Amino acid sequence: MSRIDVRKTYKLYIGGQFPRSESGRSYVVNDAKGRLLANAAQASRKDARDAVVAARAAFGGWSTKTAYNRAQVVYRIAEVLEGRREQFEAELRAAEGISTAKARTYVDAAIDRLVWYAGWADKITQVVGNANPVAGPYFNLSTPEPSGVIAVVAPRGALLGLVSVVAPLIITGNTVVVIASEENPLTAITLGEVMATSDLPGGVVNVLTGSAAEIAPWLASHMDVNGIDLTGIEDATLATELEAAGADNLKRVRRPAPDTDWLAEPGLDRMTRFLETKTVWHPIGV
Amino acid sequence: MTPTPSSTASTGSTHALFDDVVRSDSSLRRFLHGLPGVDQVGCEARAAGLGTRSIKTTAKAFAIDLAIRMVDLTTLEGQDTHGKVRALASKAMRPDPADPSCPATAAVCVYPDMVATAKQTLGTSGVNVAAVATAFPSGRAAMDIKLADTRDAVEAGADEIDMVIDRGAFLSGRYLDVFEEIAQVKEACGDAHLKVIFETGELQTYDNVRRASWLAMMAGGHFIKTSTGKVQPAATLPVTLIMLEAVRDFREQTGQMVGVKPAGGIKTTKDAIKYLVMVNEIAGPDWLDPDWFRFGASTLLNDLLMQRTKMTTGRYSGPDYFTLD
Repeated sequence: MSRIDVRKTYKLYIGGQFPRSESGRSYVVNDAKGRLLANAAQASRKDARDAVVAARAAFGGWSTKTAYNRAQVVYRIAEVLEGRREQFEAELRAAEGISTAKARTYVDAAIDRLVWYAGWADKITQVVGNANPVAGPYFNLSTPEPSGVIAVVAPRGALLGLVSVVAPLIITGNTVVVIASEENPLTAITLGEVMATSDLPGGVVNVLTGSAAEIAPWLASHMDVNGIDLTGIEDATLATELEAAGADNLKRVRRPAPDTDWLAEPGLDRMTRFLETKTVWHPIGV
Repeated sequence: MTPTPSSTASTGSTHALFDDVVRSDSSLRRFLHGLPGVDQVGCEARAAGLGTRSIKTTAKAFAIDLAIRMVDLTTLEGQDTHGKVRALASKAMRPDPADPSCPATAAVCVYPDMVATAKQTLGTSGVNVAAVATAFPSGRAAMDIKLADTRDAVEAGADEIDMVIDRGAFLSGRYLDVFEEIAQVKEACGDAHLKVIFETGELQTYDNVRRASWLAMMAGGHFIKTSTGKVQPAATLPVTLIMLEAVRDFREQTGQMVGVKPAGGIKTTKDAIKYLVMVNEIAGPDWLDPDWFRFGASTLLNDLLMQRTKMTTGRYSGPDYFTLD
């Protein structure tokens, strides 16, 4: 007797859980050759709202963990990803139609990217913070602090692109609601499984799959979202609208970057864009 | 026992209708235990079913404003200060300072020693002051202390008194003691409205909730209230359903309306709307009024305000834009 297939249902990743979309909708995801790969959940504005609530709830705990501890957790994501690399390579080959060698390159790069950012957790403060020179008997100290809940529209790169936009945000203590690439959402959910088993507290990263054009405006206008990263937005008009909507509560905005070379070393900008500088005066002791 | 309904019934005549019932402990027990038993599965299924109704757009806007008007904004903590009560009272009058069209809440609910402070801040705004009395939340004190507690709160200016029943007496079957207690506290209330708290989380069965409801209504309570908020589980949909059925049946028999107040554990707009649907379906639209239905809550108000802002501005709001308590 032949065995019955056990197929995976791709759902959302919100608050450490894998719920279906509240709307009950799903959409067809094809592979590179146009054949059916799977159905993915099509998130609605209410899923986005729930994700923001989860991200806000997680922010207090995550942002007050020591930088050293956050580094350990992100490094742990890299470890678990390394252990499941064959699954990711297979998914990338199926979704993007790339060669075995290329898939391996991308998975390597994604793991290395996580390790690279993990190393930055307890160093970013020294690099972008400062003891400012003042003409008085005071210390004047500037330290970077996380902005809060950041909404992200992920770029096409199913694994490397996603890791490259999420890791720099969580390493500094932000929590994230990310809309995965509409064409290649499945790897994002598999990455959610990796994060769910890597000591990353539930709600720090929340993954939505579906139409960015439908969900992103709700996140851009959401008063409880502190920043929005539009990296994956390819429609210039939509990008402008989202920036305008984000202005209502003075969100930090990162503008679209469709042509980014994700294999190149990223620099600090993705971390520093969503940091607030806190400056304190402190009297020098007697 | 089939008293005829009377449209002109007042509190006094209610007593007369049930004179035979409350003559002795055994007659009262016979009446309360003669009430039809609650079908637990059916009751929970009905409550869950009513919770699935979809309330959207204009109906939702109506429900949110109504729910705000029904809130008894509550602070019952050992750490309460006069400053916190003043802040809470200000919030009750103007829940959303950014939007003058937002209605005020029904009342603020505080401990008796805070009544004067609350009253001073609220002035003639129309927002009532409710005080929890009778050795809240346990109700474990001598009768004269409970009555003194009540009189103190009324003298300080409380418009409404939330009393707790003696659950120990109720559970051991001394119904007449509970009846007398409620009646005496009611007398001590004078003009103030009396809400009777059952602490349904301690009553064990739905049958007991139904019995307690009838007991409190016969003793002259103006409102029956689920819980103190200090015991889990607090208000639940099935318990509130039974109490709504009781007030509906009580009006059919006596012509007199009694209010219902679920308290504790109602935190979201979604929850509040489920309760309102149930009020409309079980008791009837007459109860959709702050005079006859209240929410005992503190965190609920902020969620109502956030939903209200979402409906008026078209974008999601956040907790940063409303006061913490």
